[in-house]
Amino acid sequence: MITVTDLRKVYQQGDRTVVALDGVSLHVDAGQIHGIIGHSGAGKSTLVRCLTLLDRPTSGSVAVNNQELANVSDSDLRTARRRIGMVFQHANLMDSRTTAQNVAFPLELIGTPKAKIAEKVNALLELVGLTQFADAYPAQLSGGQRQRVGIARALSSDPDVLLCDEPTSALDPKTTDEILALIKSVRDRLNLTVLIITHEMNVVKQACDSVSLLEAGRIVEHGAIATVVADPARRLSQALLPMPGKLPADLPAGVVLDLLYSGSQATEPVISSIARTFNVDVNVLAGSVENLGAHQFAHLRIQLPEGSDITAITNHLLANGVAVTPKEAK
Amino acid sequence: MDFFNDLVTNPGITKAMWPAFIETMQMVAIAGVFTVIIGLPLGILLLNTSQDGLTPNKPLNVVLSGIIVNITRSIPFAILMVSLIPFAKLIVGVSLGPVAASVSLTIGTIPFFARLVETALREVSGGKIDAALVMGSTKMQVIRKVLVPEAMPGIVAAGTTTLVTLIGYSAMAGLVGGGGLGRLAYNYGFQRYEPAIMVVTIVIMVVMVQLVQVIGDRIARVVDHR
Repeated sequence: MITVTDLRKVYQQGDRTVVALDGVSLHVDAGQIHGIIGHSGAGKSTLVRCLTLLDRPTSGSVAVNNQELANVSDSDLRTARRRIGMVFQHANLMDSRTTAQNVAFPLELIGTPKAKIAEKVNALLELVGLTQFADAYPAQLSGGQRQRVGIARALSSDPDVLLCDEPTSALDPKTTDEILALIKSVRDRLNLTVLIITHEMNVVKQACDSVSLLEAGRIVEHGAIATVVADPARRLSQALLPMPGKLPADLPAGVVLDLLYSGSQATEPVISSIARTFNVDVNVLAGSVENLGAHQFAHLRIQLPEGSDITAITNHLLANGVAVTPKEAK
Repeated sequence: MDFFNDLVTNPGITKAMWPAFIETMQMVAIAGVFTVIIGLPLGILLLNTSQDGLTPNKPLNVVLSGIIVNITRSIPFAILMVSLIPFAKLIVGVSLGPVAASVSLTIGTIPFFARLVETALREVSGGKIDAALVMGSTKMQVIRKVLVPEAMPGIVAAGTTTLVTLIGYSAMAGLVGGGGLGRLAYNYGFQRYEPAIMVVTIVIMVVMVQLVQVIGDRIARVVDHR
């Protein structure tokens, strides 16, 4: 597990003071995949550099399995860093080393015997499915293969935490799926704590158990995927399960409601239940249904005819666990 | 036909050419080896003491880069050679001959090579260095396991360029007592006006440079996995 407490990073840029991280706190349990999402400039890169201690945070702490990392001496820092394995956006492999030699790098640093290195490297290459590319150089590999090597390398020092900085941002959609599946499968096998820092909402949807929204150096929203999606007032919900399209301008008169519910919360088919109970015609204007955080979520925009008993219908929906947001009809 | 006859009978070619060639090789070899031995660490130091290096050290960087390297490089080589004669005598005990000239040659090419090495090292992306640090490398390990191996194609190319420069400089060294092909061309070709000597010397120098360049390029390709 990893616990970050009140992490601050303040830069001095000329005579201007830049607060890059303004008290970031988060906690991720072992075996969880946590996404940190934010636009560029939100402080993602600074957060990564502070978590890996490439930059010393101004204040605050980073602890892996209750062992403090941020305030150790320079010599202990190297040992401490080995607790966190890091995967980079562009893999950052050494071009002069083969796949196997790249994976061996962290082991060479601490003088692991050659036979032990070979054994471990073989096991890791098998784990990421690159056994037949052991002697290939990075230039001979595809982007997805390079990222697999990066993951194997990050795992070779037996870290407790895998920190992934935009791991799929340079990859095509299919390769992205493969890399995320690989990250999930290593998490399952090694019970790793995984932090994925990304600007891609898709990555959070596919891989994460919980998510934080980073904005201007602060975490403004966080929680389990199912929890954040279920609350339509949250920005993360709007980002993870957006309502497709806009309200059409030539909409006939009526009341428009946005409904959000999950498969487990909604006890009966929602639309037909309104239609039957209140004897109204329900028009579905837009919607999306997705599997998020092991639940199925539906986000629907419906229109009811003028003169419907909106209060009664809303209460009925709320009683069935459906979040209702009235929309201004044109 | 006189010219071609001269090629095989002129004692300047049949007797003096081979020893002169050996002297030139001596100068280039001695200076080349010491340039790499001293210039490579100096290049690493130039990069790492700079502002974006691993161990920024402004005063040291100013001394190394601003004073030593830049001043040495801005002095014309012929003048540098003459001014270094007393120093060569101090180091090797003589002020004439290829060994003495090697001292001046080495000092003349070290800053050149070091600057090229620095440039080659600067090409190594910061991401690779970050990755090595995050994996727990010491700064020394970053230099030995990342910076130098990753910059190897560039360093080999720097070595090739330096060696070619050295061959040129070694000819100039001949004029101030270094011996070798430079002196041969000067004494026989220029002072006695024997064009055959001049031509043969030039051909030998051109072949040497070509060989160095071809071999250097080949080595650079072998170590380049990018």
